Amino acid sequence: MNKLRPVKPWIYLLPAILFLGIFMIYPLIDVFIYSVEEGYNSASQTRFGVGGYNYSYVLRDPYFLQAVKNTFLIVIITVPISTGLALLISLGLSSIKKLQEWFQTIYFLPYVTNTLAVGLVFMILFKKTAYSDGLINMFLSMFGAGPVDFIEGSYAAKMFVMCLYTIWIVMPFKVLILTSALASVPKVYYSAAKVDGTSSFRIFRKITLPMISPMLSYLIITGFIGAFKAYSDEVALFGTDLNAAGMNTIVGYVYDMLYGNNGGYPSFAAAAAIILFAIVLTITVINLMISRKSVVK
Amino acid sequence: MKIVLKNLTKIFPNRNKKAGGDVVAVDNFDFEIPDGKLVGLLGPSGCGKSTTLNLISGLETPTKGQIFFGEEDVTNIPPENRGVGLVFQSYALYPHLTVFKNIQFPLENLKKDQKLTKEEMASRVKKAASLVQIDELMDRKPGELSGGQQQRVAIARALVKTPKVLLLDEPLSNLDARLRLQTREEIKRIQQETKVTTIFVTHDQDEAMSISDLIVVMKDGAVHQIDEPQKVYDHPVNLFVAKFLGTPPINVFEGEIKNNELFIGNDSVFKLKDTPDRKVYVGIRPEGFILSDSGCLKCNLNRLEVMGRDMSVISTNDACINDSGVIRSIINSDANISLGNKEVRFNLKESKVHIFDKETEDCIDIEVLRNE
Repeated sequence: MNKLRPVKPWIYLLPAILFLGIFMIYPLIDVFIYSVEEGYNSASQTRFGVGGYNYSYVLRDPYFLQAVKNTFLIVIITVPISTGLALLISLGLSSIKKLQEWFQTIYFLPYVTNTLAVGLVFMILFKKTAYSDGLINMFLSMFGAGPVDFIEGSYAAKMFVMCLYTIWIVMPFKVLILTSALASVPKVYYSAAKVDGTSSFRIFRKITLPMISPMLSYLIITGFIGAFKAYSDEVALFGTDLNAAGMNTIVGYVYDMLYGNNGGYPSFAAAAAIILFAIVLTITVINLMISRKSVVK
Repeated sequence: MKIVLKNLTKIFPNRNKKAGGDVVAVDNFDFEIPDGKLVGLLGPSGCGKSTTLNLISGLETPTKGQIFFGEEDVTNIPPENRGVGLVFQSYALYPHLTVFKNIQFPLENLKKDQKLTKEEMASRVKKAASLVQIDELMDRKPGELSGGQQQRVAIARALVKTPKVLLLDEPLSNLDARLRLQTREEIKRIQQETKVTTIFVTHDQDEAMSISDLIVVMKDGAVHQIDEPQKVYDHPVNLFVAKFLGTPPINVFEGEIKNNELFIGNDSVFKLKDTPDRKVYVGIRPEGFILSDSGCLKCNLNRLEVMGRDMSVISTNDACINDSGVIRSIINSDANISLGNKEVRFNLKESKVHIFDKETEDCIDIEVLRNE
């Protein structure tokens, strides 16, 4: 029995280790190797040498720089707004009594809706066709403004729709998490604060916020990671040729380098993926460092 | 600050509407708590003690009736303006704040002319902390404190604003037995030092008896008796109060008053002065038994429990309706009793015997005729 003891845990862990090794660790290493192999040809399995050329190419590629800019804009705009709005909505939800579950369901609907279906709805709202300028433009024209071409027009208009879409699609999950976090704050703290004459703003800042801060920090960290990996939402709005639309993201760039019209460059794709990994890692570490100071355990 | 409750009533609507019937948590309370007293609200769980406390604190609004602090009607004043300090059963210390910040929290809420400077706050916090003797724990978080320490912090937080009334909800229920004894002395001491009118809720009669100046015995939302602990013990107004107070509990027998004699089973225990015949319950405190070979109450000896100072005689009698099924009587340990005897006989101390009407369960005054 005693001899078996050190072996047993490893046997239990083995399936997971094997699975993670084959599908996570090995590809990660492989991607890294690809990214430093210069002039790799997947058909002939040949390369010229090893070095940083792939990285310098990618970093100088205007499409990649555009993708980085788009991604950062989406991250910086959507993460704070969606988290803040979600907090407001869940505060509202938890303070109403009537129809609370009904409203919760409504706010959660976008989460169970397919991205492409949501894209279709946004098309009806925003896209210009031969027959109409889209619902939003009809609305704008009532005030004498527009029409604005949101899908094929200016960069700002496209980015606006993009961010609106992203916020709308990521918010339900955040509302769900924050509503349950708010519900888990024991009522007795609020009673105690009330007896002590605490104003509702101070209750929110000094009691509610610290108590839900672990969940909030979780949402912000995963929100950052999710936004950096944005791709399918862009496709839903602007189609597969994102470079032409000027709305590509880093993940989109990686995909294009592999399978797109100008694709077939796994080395460039790998380099871009490693750069994305480095960015996400850095941001996450910074996030964790901040949350370690501000999150209440 | 004296507290006056006038026809105070709280009715909670029943959640299950089909079942109908609202829950009357507090039914027409009408009593006065004198200034500077420590008052225990005592009753079994679900009797409306905590609701009464919440009504006084202002966390609940009464369905009917009024609450006065001194001469001021506070019925419609929100809790923060009533000047009450409330200690919750679970203490409700903010887990993310240190002890110091927890105690300081109520002071930071003060507005306008009451606003304090940092130094004033710190000195008030220190004063409250030293009152409950937690000076060394100021930088700890509540999670790093024992139950008793948390309790003290909660009391300090309630006292820091120098409230007119201090309310404690089951203050000892989360502590272990030894800490409970210690903490209740502590509450008494703090109350005497601050002289603040204090009301605490408990379901433990021991707790209420030991430290209260006044106890309020409640059941099903109604007040049964309000008096000093000893008086409630010596003169219970009804069977419930008699059974609820005292450890070991009072022994209850089915009895009858017939021809001016009080019978327990077939034993005539007292001759009475002109009392109408009726069926009764007879309650006898454990210390009300006197061992005597010629005693009037005959019981079957079960066993003895020797406790040093005194001993318990455990016996049975067909008329006894104790929940435990046995009669527990406490006798001086000098008494000579042989286990060989099957039968044990007692005389009864008149002051320790209480008679209750069988229908109403209210106490009946009797006058015992001495025939010796």
